[in-house]
This record gives sequence, structure tokens and C-alpha cells, in this order.
Amino acid sequence: MKSALSPNHQPNSQPTPPQGMKFGQNVTLVWNQLGMILILILLCIVMSFVAPNFLDGSNLTNILKQVSVTAILAAGMTIVILTGGIDLSVGSIVALSGVVSVMASQAGVHPVLAMLAGVGAGYLVGFINGVFTAKAGLPAFIVTLASMTYVRGLAYVSSGGYPVVLESNTFRFIGSGSILGIPTPIYLMALVYLVMFYVLKYTMFGRHIYAIGGNAEAARLTGIKVKKTLVNVYSISGLLAGLGGVVLAGRLYSGQPTAGNMYELDAIAAVILGGSKLTGGVGKIQGTIIGVLIMGVITNGLTLMDVSYYSQLVVKGGVILAAVLIDRVRS
Amino acid sequence: MVTFEKVRPVPVSLQPVLSMKGISKTFTGTTVLKNVNIDLYPGEVHALMGENGAGKSTLMKILSGVYAPDQEGGTIRYKGEHVQWKDPLLARKAGIGVIHQELNLSPNLSISENILMGTKYPRNKLGGVRWDEVHRMAEEVLVSMGSDLQPEQLVSTLSVAQQQMVEIARALSYKAEVLIMDEPTASLTDKEIDGLFSIINDLRKHGVAIVYISHRMEEIFKIADRYTVLRDGEWIRSGPIQETNPEHLVSLMVGRDLKDLFKRKGSLYKREDDHPALEVKGLSDSTFVEDLSFSIYPGEIVGFAGLVGAGRTELVRSLFGVSSMTKGEVWVQGEKVDIRSPIDAIKYGVALVPESRKDQGLFLDMSVKENILLAEMKAFKKIMKLNWKEFNRSADNYIRDLRIKTASPAQPISGLSGGNQQKAVIARWLSTNPKVLLLDEPTRGVDIGAKSEIHKIISELADAGLAVLMISSELPEVLGVSDRIFVMHEGRITGHLQREEASQEKIMHYATGGN
Repeated sequence: MKSALSPNHQPNSQPTPPQGMKFGQNVTLVWNQLGMILILILLCIVMSFVAPNFLDGSNLTNILKQVSVTAILAAGMTIVILTGGIDLSVGSIVALSGVVSVMASQAGVHPVLAMLAGVGAGYLVGFINGVFTAKAGLPAFIVTLASMTYVRGLAYVSSGGYPVVLESNTFRFIGSGSILGIPTPIYLMALVYLVMFYVLKYTMFGRHIYAIGGNAEAARLTGIKVKKTLVNVYSISGLLAGLGGVVLAGRLYSGQPTAGNMYELDAIAAVILGGSKLTGGVGKIQGTIIGVLIMGVITNGLTLMDVSYYSQLVVKGGVILAAVLIDRVRS
Repeated sequence: MVTFEKVRPVPVSLQPVLSMKGISKTFTGTTVLKNVNIDLYPGEVHALMGENGAGKSTLMKILSGVYAPDQEGGTIRYKGEHVQWKDPLLARKAGIGVIHQELNLSPNLSISENILMGTKYPRNKLGGVRWDEVHRMAEEVLVSMGSDLQPEQLVSTLSVAQQQMVEIARALSYKAEVLIMDEPTASLTDKEIDGLFSIINDLRKHGVAIVYISHRMEEIFKIADRYTVLRDGEWIRSGPIQETNPEHLVSLMVGRDLKDLFKRKGSLYKREDDHPALEVKGLSDSTFVEDLSFSIYPGEIVGFAGLVGAGRTELVRSLFGVSSMTKGEVWVQGEKVDIRSPIDAIKYGVALVPESRKDQGLFLDMSVKENILLAEMKAFKKIMKLNWKEFNRSADNYIRDLRIKTASPAQPISGLSGGNQQKAVIARWLSTNPKVLLLDEPTRGVDIGAKSEIHKIISELADAGLAVLMISSELPEVLGVSDRIFVMHEGRITGHLQREEASQEKIMHYATGGN
């Protein structure tokens, strides 16, 4: 273009050139890339000294197995938080899904179909969350607080308040079996994260999630189907919680109405530890898995050290505060 | 229009109340201010001028204690003493008041509370707040500036202009001796501006030094006594306002003559050849837009002028399906359409570049390329994923065609200047292949250089056959870019001007309700 206004008349159009970067900026850069990974590694190093057998191969596998349910929940929570929402119902969905699927299995339904029933129940709750949040415009916190309550109630009502025993070996396999020496839940967890990584990075749905979380008004004006996307996001969160419930039932050999208590808070903590912002638009699924592992390593290490569950809660809460504080201080 | 008798201070005989010398400020390696000087005298209105990014707001933030200057980065003398405020509260206590462009009020509290916020409320013996006393104190301040606002009223019920009064009252309540006003008239009507100016005149008489930041030349020459121009973080010049004129000021700000402010040569298209791209018949909406009828032909830029609040934004929002119309018909390319959502609008080939870039346009955390193509992502959809190769190529094309200056297409858009961000938003709408482009204040908050570049782009788009509706509150922009001009007043079209006959005076005549 033969513009009379040459480009250099515009101030601020170029970002600061990378040349002459100072040491401090390099540190920041490394921190931005690695941040929480460094904390995780540091935590592992500490644990390997203070907790007996922490570095054993079997223990490491054990950690992954232990975190798998929370991890699956946290994957769904990540996309919800990316849109600027919250899903408090996932812990209760874990219970409902477990009870529903085990009861179906006991009633003679094919184990695979029974498991799908549990996942489906989770999807349904998520869908309802989505409709009330996106279409009716109610705050997600309130909507999912309500479903956290009624879904837990449904789990009690349908099971009569007692654990339902799981007898199907096929069903048990999903929580307790292993393939090539690695527990099944770890495969499931890995699959969920790989798919989620792909969806968030490479699909239109994933990019729209970031757009909505970053600026919902602009997204609407851009012609993005905001409501539909949100309904899908909550449905997926519910579906993954349902999957988590099935896995947990398979591990416990029973569907328990008390299962998954406070799992939603672990999932939220993991997502925030993983660098997502509660206001939406910022965060990565890779971060979430790191957050999950940080929580898992703490629990595991403390258990190996024979620290009581009660004290573990105190430590865990403290670590969450400290980690998020460190994260804030750097930025 | 009211004219004001200026009370000219005689600065030479007085000591400056505040004087900043050799101020420099660097942010992580980028120098934002270099050796800037400014003196403020009691009772003067001092216009601080410069393009966006020239350093005005940084300088004012240093003045009000938000930032500290660099080490060895200059000194501030206030009332004869050397000062260095550690935080804005201390500056405020010392008498530095700031009225931000975005008002900082709590909408659900009363006017009194907003005025006295941050001070200790009078208490009764039990330690409870004595509200009668609070309201009385607030009223005192309001009366002193000739305002008849009720102190008990909630701020949320006030108009923008009234809210500004509350902000000013707050500054007065702590006896500000230096008052910084950042674009105070940006969202005021002419009448409200007159009201603001008489308050400023009053303050001037009482010896308050006012820093007045505005891009509107007309106002500056009406109200200011002296000026200071910054450019690229450097002090360029200060002087009495009588010794300069708009052209001179602009040339100081941009460092070049502004002969090259964009001037469109007129539409290339003959109207008789064609059907209108957009035809609106008797449109009314639920607010106050009433019975609007007009058409826009391909290749034509139609300007919509009027005062803020005349209903222009409401008009384009209902055309785009954001708010609903209650009566009337809209025809796009000879087809009657029923647009109920932005998705419908895009389908029919209508695009809207909204008024507020940050709130309604940008995804600040996302890359430039995604910001450009977000509306058209489905065009790049393969079975399960997006075709990122095509996506990147297409984004590159827009970046090149619209001359968007970015380090890389993958850079977050938050790092671009306002002008380049705006071009990216325009590019997004071009990607939807529209027939009708609605532009709501396309160059708001964009510096002068980028402005005329955007004007040129708009003009090129029209020449390529697009029908453009452009809302603008800046008369030179409307006059420079439009082929025809509609003027709105209180929800109705009050005037229709061809480019040849249009003038600022005629537009203002219609915009203020004349016929």
C-alpha cells in the first residue's frame, strides 16, 4: 500500500523485542513454562527422602491409580473453569453413578451397559446443570450447589442408604484390573487427558471454550453458539464424573452413596494448582494433571509416613494455599 | 451553546502548586517517559495532550502516586516541598484528585457514601454511623458545586454525567488542589459538557489546578489556559493556549502535518445500477429507537452522526440481532430477513464491529490469528479437528491485507496497539464474507496515525462492493469518510445529508434536534 502514513508512526505496535533479555526475565520465562512442574519435582524429591519406599515402582503406579478418579473429574472441571464457571456437583455424581451402575449390574444388565448407565446418569445431571446455567442464566455456583445436594440425595434414595455390592468381574476390572501390569484406571485417565488435550488445542469446540471464558459478550457477538457450547461443557463434566463414579465402584467392589464426598473440591484445587484462572479463559489441561499429581504425591507421601488422615487434611490445605500463593507472587 | 468567560491566571507572578521535573519511567526495559516536565499553577486548566501511548496516563499515575518514577528519574515538588507518594491514598490526602475516564463508583451505594468513601464517617456514641450527618456533609459539597442531586439517592440511578458530578464532588470533599480529569466528556452530551465546564470554571476561580486530558480540540480551546504536549514519552512543548491552534497542536502530537487526514473521494458505485444491500423500513425497538427508515447501497459508506445516546448503537444492535426490534422490516440484498441473533445476522451477511473493543470485541488472552478467524472457524473444520494449515494461511492473508502490525500471528492480541487490535476485529468480520458492515465507533481510542489507516481500509472495503454503515461521534471522521450522512436525535432520524452539502454546523443542527 502506498500509505502516506508509514508504519513507524504508530507507537506501541511492536512488542518489546527479545534482545537484551535480562536474567530475571529468563527465570520468569522458565517459570511460566514449568512453574508447577518444578514444585511437583521438588515435592517428589522431598518425599523420596522423608517417606519410606516413595520411589518404588509399585508406589509410583499406586499414586497414579489413587489419583485417577480425581484426575478424571478434574479434566471435566478444567473445561468448566475455562468457561468461567464451576461445577460443584461432580462429587455427588460419582456416588450416583456408582450406585446406579452397580444396581443395574446386580439387576442382571450386561456389565458394559450397566457402566454406561452410570456414565449416562452423570451426563444427564451435567446436561441439566448446563441448561439451568446457560439457558436460564442462573449462576453456575448456585445451580451446581443445588445439584450437588439433590444428586447426593438421589444416590441415598436409590440405594436405600447402604452400599450396593458389586459382583460382576467385568465391571470390577475397570477399577481394579490391570493390563500389562498397569492398572486399568491409569489407561482411562491417560485416554481422558489425551482426548481433552486434543479437543482443547485443535478443535473448534475447544477454541470456543477459551473464547467464551475470555470474553462471553464478544463470543456472542462473534456468532459463537455460547449457550450450546456451555451446555456441552457441563454435560461433559457430568459425563466424566459419571465415568469417575464407575471406576471408583469397580475399585471398591460396591456402589456407595457416600462415595466421592468432597471430590469436587479436590478437582477444583487441582485445576487451580494447574494454573487455570477461576475467571475463565486461561488454563491448560496439562496444568491440571500436574495439579492432580501434586495433590496425589502429598497424600501418598504422608500416608507412607504414617500421618493420620486428619493431619493430612491440614497439610493438604496448607499446600494448596502455599502453591497458589507462590504462583501469584511470581506474576 | 454557552460560552465561558475565561478567568486567565497570570502564571508568571505565581509559584506553581505542583511541578514535575525530569520525570522518567521505565517498565521492564521499555522507556515510557523520558525526562518530562510539567508545571501546574493554581487556578489554571492545563490541557495534557498526546496520542494514545504518548505517556499521558503514566505521567498522571506518577503524579497521583500509583507509580513511582525511576530511581534518579526526576522530582516532584508540591506546594514548595519535595514529595514522593508511596500510594494513591497518600497523594489523595495531600490533595491530588483524579477523575478517571472509567468512573470508579459503587453503584449500589448512595451518593453520600460515594462522595465520602475512604473518609471516617461521623459516629454516634454507640459507634454507629450518623447517616443524617453523612448526608449533610455530602450535600454541602454538592451544593457548593451548584448541583441539586439528592445525597440519599443511589448512584445506579444516575446518568453518566451525574455520576461524573459525584466523582468531582468526591475530589472536592477532600479539598483537592490538583484535579486530574481524564477524558471527562467522553460520554457526555453537549449540554452536560456545558454543565461540567461551568463547574471547572468555578474550581478554577477557587484556585484548583486542573489537568485536563482530552482528544477533543474544540473543548481544549474552550476551557484550557495552557497546554503540554507529550509524544512517545517525551515532553514536546508547553505554552499558553492562545498561542497555538488545533493544526499546530496536532502536528506537535504526531510530529507531522495532518494534511493527510483521510478524505474519501466518494463512492465508485452508481446507485441507480443496484438494489440496496440493506433496507430498513419503519424500525422501532423496545428502548426509544422509533420509526427508522433508510437504505444503504453496495459500495457506499453511510455515516450515522448524532450525540451519544441518540439511539445509533441501539439501531445497529437490533439490526445485528443483539437486541430485538418491536416493529418494522429489514431487507438484506432484496430479501426480507428476520434476524434474532448474531448467528442469524452472520448468516444473512451482516457484520457488526461493536462499540467497545475490549468488552465486546477482543479475546485478550487469545492469539491474533484466532481473534481474526474465530467467527469463521467452522470454515476450517475437518471431520474432528480444524485444518490449522489453512487457518494459518488465511490469518496471514488478513494480517497482510489489513496491515496489522504484530510480531507473529500467534502472539496474544493483548500485546497489540489499539489500532491494530481494531483492525483484527474488522478482519474477523470480513472473514464472514459480509454484504453489510456495521461499524460502531470504529476508531474510538485509536491514535491519529492508525485512525486514518482504518479510514482508508473502510473506504477500500466499500470500493470492493461492501455496504458500510458507520456510527461515529467524531464529526471530522463522519465528514471525511461518509458518502452520505444520517443524523439521529433521540431515537429518530432528523437529518439526511449528501457528502457535498454536509458540514459540522449542519450535523450539529440536526443532532441537537433542529429540523
